[in-house]
Amino acid sequence: MSELKQEQNLKQALATETKAQEASSSDILLELKGVSKIYETVNALQDINLTVRKNEWISVMGSSGSGKTTLMNIVGCMDKPSTGAVLLDGQDITKESQKSLTTIRREKIGLIFQQFHLIQFLTAVENVMVAQYYHSMPDEEEAMAALEKVGLKDRAKHLPSQLSGGEQQRVCIARALINNPELILADEPTGNLDEENEQMVIGILRRLHDEGATIMVVTHDPEVGDEADRKVVLDYGRIKEIVDLKALKQN
Amino acid sequence: MTKRKMYLKMISSSLLRRRSRMLVALLAIAIGATIMSGMVTIYYDIPRQLGKEFRSYGANFVVLPNGDKKIMEEDLAAVHQSIDQNKLVGLAPYRYETTKINQKPYILAGTIMDEAKKNSPFWYVEGEWADNNDRTEVMIGKEIARTLNLSIGDSFQVDGVKYGHEVVGTKQDDKTEDYLKKSTTDDYYSQKFTVKGIITTGGAEEGFIFLNVSVLNELLEDELRLDGIECSIEGNQAELEQLATKLNAANENLVGRPVKRVTQSQDTVLNKLKALVLLVNLVVLMLTMISVFTTMLAVVAERRKEIGLKKALGAADKEIMKEFFGEGFGLGLLGGALGVVLGFFFAQRVSLSVFGRAIEFSPMIIPLTLIASTIITVVASIWPVRQATKVDPAIVLRGE
Repeated sequence: MSELKQEQNLKQALATETKAQEASSSDILLELKGVSKIYETVNALQDINLTVRKNEWISVMGSSGSGKTTLMNIVGCMDKPSTGAVLLDGQDITKESQKSLTTIRREKIGLIFQQFHLIQFLTAVENVMVAQYYHSMPDEEEAMAALEKVGLKDRAKHLPSQLSGGEQQRVCIARALINNPELILADEPTGNLDEENEQMVIGILRRLHDEGATIMVVTHDPEVGDEADRKVVLDYGRIKEIVDLKALKQN
Repeated sequence: MTKRKMYLKMISSSLLRRRSRMLVALLAIAIGATIMSGMVTIYYDIPRQLGKEFRSYGANFVVLPNGDKKIMEEDLAAVHQSIDQNKLVGLAPYRYETTKINQKPYILAGTIMDEAKKNSPFWYVEGEWADNNDRTEVMIGKEIARTLNLSIGDSFQVDGVKYGHEVVGTKQDDKTEDYLKKSTTDDYYSQKFTVKGIITTGGAEEGFIFLNVSVLNELLEDELRLDGIECSIEGNQAELEQLATKLNAANENLVGRPVKRVTQSQDTVLNKLKALVLLVNLVVLMLTMISVFTTMLAVVAERRKEIGLKKALGAADKEIMKEFFGEGFGLGLLGGALGVVLGFFFAQRVSLSVFGRAIEFSPMIIPLTLIASTIITVVASIWPVRQATKVDPAIVLRGE
């Protein structure tokens, strides 16, 4: 991509960004304003401004050390920025205590991990119910329905060790969905999967998006990254470019 | 499914499906609980065990007549009644009378032979113990055997004055009537006895001739008239003092008192032993706690990812703590239950090899062990669980 093209893209992206900001505030789910994160001497993130609308699918890409994980931690309410504000559903999470961050995570965020992180001694359906347990009330029927949605109804009573990687990832997705989170946060969701399972996971995410979910995917994989409405590319802790893939696709 | 059910499900699954890890922790607790419950069982059984043991060392309670009087039949019955029959090992009444063998004085000790045997199992007897049915067979002290050169099966004759008869020597100026009045064979008894056993005790008993008190009474043509009663009773000094007070208050003819030489040393030994067992128990408790502590620390370290995940899912610190304490509680309960069962066998084994007697199971041990082992496990888990709550949920996001 030539320098000029890149410049153009960035301008275009910033334009959409402004447009997004102009959109009614009820339409905005997540807003990062001048977010920086400094680990001792390393600037992991510098002056990040980003707005995510409801039902938007954002992918965050960049090389290792570009600040993807730090951004993910902050958006996932597991870390606080050194400066700047993060508004989730209008609430500035940088001002919240650890305890209420835990509550926000529980209530508003569904997490999908590269390593699946299923509890090894619980069955698939029980793993989904753990999320319900911390959120409100475990409900086996609901958990089964979530597993059915990811095509794992008949594997519900299996332990993670009896499931393939793809199946484990789908359990992880079912668990992320179970409490109807405002934002689904996926960290390299296809990083440990083969092509077939990758397609299956992308298919599920696409369907969720069609059903109205707001999704933020951090990924190395351009195939996954290009599925999003917008692609945010990080480089050395800064936003290098924001590509409006949706507009491009429509064009 | 209710929240509580899910909680129990999570804990039981963690304990049951992570068997190998949990077995290590369970083993530590079970071993601790075993030794603890075993030791406590022994602790409570020591007085009983050693009390019996001490009863082999002779009478620990004596009853003497008050003043110059003698102990009569009804007094003996009263003494018998005032002692708990379950704790009474032996009760031997004694009547001492002087007699003559070959014109030399000796002492006849009339008792109930079977009871004397129960009181003094430590007597070394050459030949056999005389029993209650023996009429002419007696036991003699080693000293008498030596002086009279008697051995088992030999016979000897005792001569003496019957009870209440006066014997006065003949004076030079006595008239025939006087002499006839005095010298009647009715005043005297004469009896042949056979030696059944020769006693070596190292004490005064070696100078006595032991026979059944009923035989002695017949010889003397007298009713039961005792000089003392020796009792062997299970109990510590305080219990025996209490018995003495009770006995003395109820019967003014009698003076009962514990044999301090025996009871005091018994109490001293018991207290020292109990202190030792208690100390061992404390050390075992400490060791159990340390091993549970390290195991729980290892469990927490091993499960950092799982803890991080739970926190990322929105589990409050309180929930994490509740789960680990629940697991600790479950382990403690399970280990305690194992400890109760194994501890009994352990105590039984120790008791059989040390005291040569079976142990009595006291049901109190069950709740005691269960409560102690759960408390220990939970207390030992406090620090590791606090470490668990410090796990950063963000670890689940790094592709570690």
